[in-house]
Amino acid sequence: MTKAAGRIAGAVLLAFILSGCSGVQSALDPKGPAAGELARLIWFFTVLCTIIWVLVMGVVAGILLRRRQRRLHDPLRVDQDEERTISRVVISAVGATALVLVGLTLLSFFANRTLAGIGEDAVLTIRLTGHQWWWEVRYENAEPNRILTTANEIHIPAGEAVRLLLESDDVIHSFWVPSLHGKLDLVPGMVNTLTLRADRPGIYRGQCAEFCGAQHAHMATLVVAQPRAEFDAWYDEQLKSAVEPSSEEQRTGRDTFLNGPCVMCHRIQGTPAGAITGPDLTHVASRQTIAAGTLRFSRGNLAAWIADPQGIKPGSKMPVMDLDGDQLNAIVAYLESLK
Amino acid sequence: MKTRVLLLMLLCVAIPVAGCEREERNTRPDPALGSSEQGVPVTTLAPGGERPSLSDTKAAEFENNAYHLSEGKRLFDWFNCSGCHANGGGGMGPALMDDKWIYGGSIESIHATIRDGRPNGMPSFRDRIPDDQIWELAAFVRALSGNASKAAAPSRNDDMMAHPSENRLPNATTLGKSP
Repeated sequence: MTKAAGRIAGAVLLAFILSGCSGVQSALDPKGPAAGELARLIWFFTVLCTIIWVLVMGVVAGILLRRRQRRLHDPLRVDQDEERTISRVVISAVGATALVLVGLTLLSFFANRTLAGIGEDAVLTIRLTGHQWWWEVRYENAEPNRILTTANEIHIPAGEAVRLLLESDDVIHSFWVPSLHGKLDLVPGMVNTLTLRADRPGIYRGQCAEFCGAQHAHMATLVVAQPRAEFDAWYDEQLKSAVEPSSEEQRTGRDTFLNGPCVMCHRIQGTPAGAITGPDLTHVASRQTIAAGTLRFSRGNLAAWIADPQGIKPGSKMPVMDLDGDQLNAIVAYLESLK
Repeated sequence: MKTRVLLLMLLCVAIPVAGCEREERNTRPDPALGSSEQGVPVTTLAPGGERPSLSDTKAAEFENNAYHLSEGKRLFDWFNCSGCHANGGGGMGPALMDDKWIYGGSIESIHATIRDGRPNGMPSFRDRIPDDQIWELAAFVRALSGNASKAAAPSRNDDMMAHPSENRLPNATTLGKSP
């Protein structure tokens, strides 16, 4: 390979690696004030530490490569000039280190202060509960009939601060949407508070960031930031009861659902199904993914998930059920209609 | 000498490897379809004296398996068994942690009770709970009266302790004393 070809290959590789830094889930591609603050810290620390590392390596290399002095020392004789030079170098190096450390500490302190200040004007409170292995999202409201429960997809108004109350139902989880904020743990028995703010509308992916069991990797969430009007429309739509089945197949599906094992864990508002240990399915078809970001929402994926949840997500709390083909098809048709 | 060292090393590997099998988690029942259909003894009285009782192959498999027992403990909470049985202490429904069994204390009887219900209040969960989960619940209910192996029974509660964890519960029949 010629030198030029090597250089081009290197550049392509670098571009390829760096392209991973943008997108729906990246701390280096901030889309909110908290993430912006953190990204600034990351870059500043990285650049400064790189400069220091290069300087130190340069000095070490200089010492190694220096021509050895031929002059023989008398070990008992102290060269005052040399001693003075040495102490000056050591003192200034220690001073510089202290200065850098104090500087970085201050920088991190001020970043933290900014983070703590974000969201004192929060307009919305969302209770986010971690379960093995999905997220329960509950929008608090002073009016009880405006409280909304959904799962795995957090809709927020763009440009406004939202307060998240983080809780856990079983083990410690951690909520992290890298494009929006730094991660914070969901600890059983206590409530952690986090403020979420997305500057622009968009979809940002989040992931459980604390190992929580067999399906930790399949515990993702989407934060959907929408313009205020769109968010309000979504909220009102979600508050409604589930739509009535409109075809014969959907009606069979609803009856199978209500007479089958589904009702032991799931809730569909407007029907007798009212269990709360599994995700709320009232508007399941309005969500983009199923099984906490494991699969895209589609008829095929839904059927696969209901037929063999333990093959797709081994160890998840969704059991393998005794359904025949017709029952499965009917349930899928019904769930697909729950927009 | 060399063989002895080799044997010792082999032993060191064999012991931890043997331990791997303790927690086998079968989350995908095989066959997935079909539920156990052993008869429901409504009474223990039968003409013709005692005869060997019919058993299900799952009974032994679930009874002393730590994973199934802990899953049973979770489901006991999820399906609101405490609504009537109050953590095993009894309320509207009978207590589960004593030595009295109205319909038999074997895992098969408890499974039948959950699956088909019993007169005076116990609902039937047939078609509502997959068969394997009924077995898990039945195994856990047996553990509530100290009948499960201490090595397999759940060792801690996730919430406030209503009673000692199942692996520390005394056997209800003997109250922990030797007969």
